[in-house]
Amino acid sequence: MTVLFYIAGAVAVIATGMVITRRKAIHALLYLVVSFLALALVFYVLGAPFVAALEVIVYAGAIMVLFLFALMLIDAGRAEEARERDWMRPRAWIVPSVLSAALLAEVVYLLARGGVPGRTAAGAAAAGGAAGVGGAAGEAAAQVKAVGIALFGPYLLGVELASILLLAGLVAAHHLTVDLDSEDGETAGAADSGAPGRTRQKGGRP
Amino acid sequence: MPDTAWHIIEVVVMLLLPLLMAGGLTVVERRLLGQLQDRYGPNRVGVMGEMQVLADAVKLLGKEDWIPPFADRPVFVAAPAIILMSVLASFAVIPLTSGFAVADLNVGLLFFLAMSSLGVYSVALAGWSSRSKYPLLGGLRAAAQLLGYEVFMGMSLLGVVMMAGSFDLSTIVEGQRGLWYVGPQFVGFVVFFIAGLAETRRTPFDLPEAESELVAGYHAEYSAMKFGIFYVGEYLGITLVSALMTVLFFGGWLGPILPGWTWFLLKTSILILVVIVVRAALPRVRYDQLMSFGWKVMLPLTLINLLVTAAVILAT
Repeated sequence: MTVLFYIAGAVAVIATGMVITRRKAIHALLYLVVSFLALALVFYVLGAPFVAALEVIVYAGAIMVLFLFALMLIDAGRAEEARERDWMRPRAWIVPSVLSAALLAEVVYLLARGGVPGRTAAGAAAAGGAAGVGGAAGEAAAQVKAVGIALFGPYLLGVELASILLLAGLVAAHHLTVDLDSEDGETAGAADSGAPGRTRQKGGRP
Repeated sequence: MPDTAWHIIEVVVMLLLPLLMAGGLTVVERRLLGQLQDRYGPNRVGVMGEMQVLADAVKLLGKEDWIPPFADRPVFVAAPAIILMSVLASFAVIPLTSGFAVADLNVGLLFFLAMSSLGVYSVALAGWSSRSKYPLLGGLRAAAQLLGYEVFMGMSLLGVVMMAGSFDLSTIVEGQRGLWYVGPQFVGFVVFFIAGLAETRRTPFDLPEAESELVAGYHAEYSAMKFGIFYVGEYLGITLVSALMTVLFFGGWLGPILPGWTWFLLKTSILILVVIVVRAALPRVRYDQLMSFGWKVMLPLTLINLLVTAAVILAT
């Protein structure tokens, strides 16, 4: 299991490195998907199959498809590639590299000292989860239940705030995409999402 | 080590069986569609045309495997592989009969949803990497279609999960002793069936290929065996969705007298035939119709189904 963990971790790190160095946006996106998949494997090895499945379904499966959709619509051509190459000059790497090196040094220091202070409780929970990987089938159901109770118990405020944020995004997207002044209701973009907006506008017109 | 040997047998069976079924389906579908449209279909090779599979395979392998010079080469080559891998990986969690599954994963159902959501990369990337307009349109439609139906596909299965109390497919089958879930979860079944058609890009929802407007959609630039892989991938997808419907709604391997695996194969085959007949019966919907149907009809329907299921479970 430890070997699997380190292989998956290495894949995640390498893939993420490839994400920031690719010139074509779609290639970068594909490496990001690989990185998410490797991360899902890390979660699984750590004893959290439910989180691993959600990682793949939500991040790799849904959000990245949305990104892919947007990138296909934009279809960055050769000009975009040239600009990307321009940004990738060695000088541009200095500051990010220094910042990342500082973070890496901190992680190495903490690991060398024998772990993060105050991790005992979390560590024990993770170990308990790891023991459950080969355990009974009821373990996953218990985990799902625990996640659900946590989301709608102690973290309820966070869930509600996130949903308000999403609602705001939804309203803004609707406002941007529906052409309120258009009399012609048969445009392809408006046909699937625009009906309520148009009626409201027509009703409110003096 | 008999355990290891048994496990290898399981893996081989679960790899070969779907591939054989998908290969056979290419002929079955053409013959059946022919009968439904009052013509013969391919009946020249073999006794009833059943050797047409081999003829097609030889033809596809013999053709030139051409990659367009304007295509994005690595992605163009990877795209067909993705669909085959994601679909075949999903078969790992399908229990053929009691105790016969490659991976008795306790989040089996979520694993299927994860793999099916990865499958769309194949189609979208095939469209993008071809670098020509019709494939690009097909790929765009595939990506939008996935975002539209994936939400209610996952939620249509939650009713079954609530009743069985598990994401484990074997546990779900065991929970159907006495009553198949297709009864209490009929709405869930209908929604999942429709989502399954969209997932495998079958005829009312085959917008990504739509031969009459987009030539062949996302695989217009593909030839030879790369095209063959997309073709087989589609039939593998039908087999997978039918097998999953058998497990979730029709009691999987449960049945009297005959051994479990025959019941499983029988139910799966009947569902596959239903999927094929649907193709002969329905015209293709428009892109915006699919979208508004998914978000305005199917999604509220699954939410109501979930609400009622939860209320019934709480009350009893």
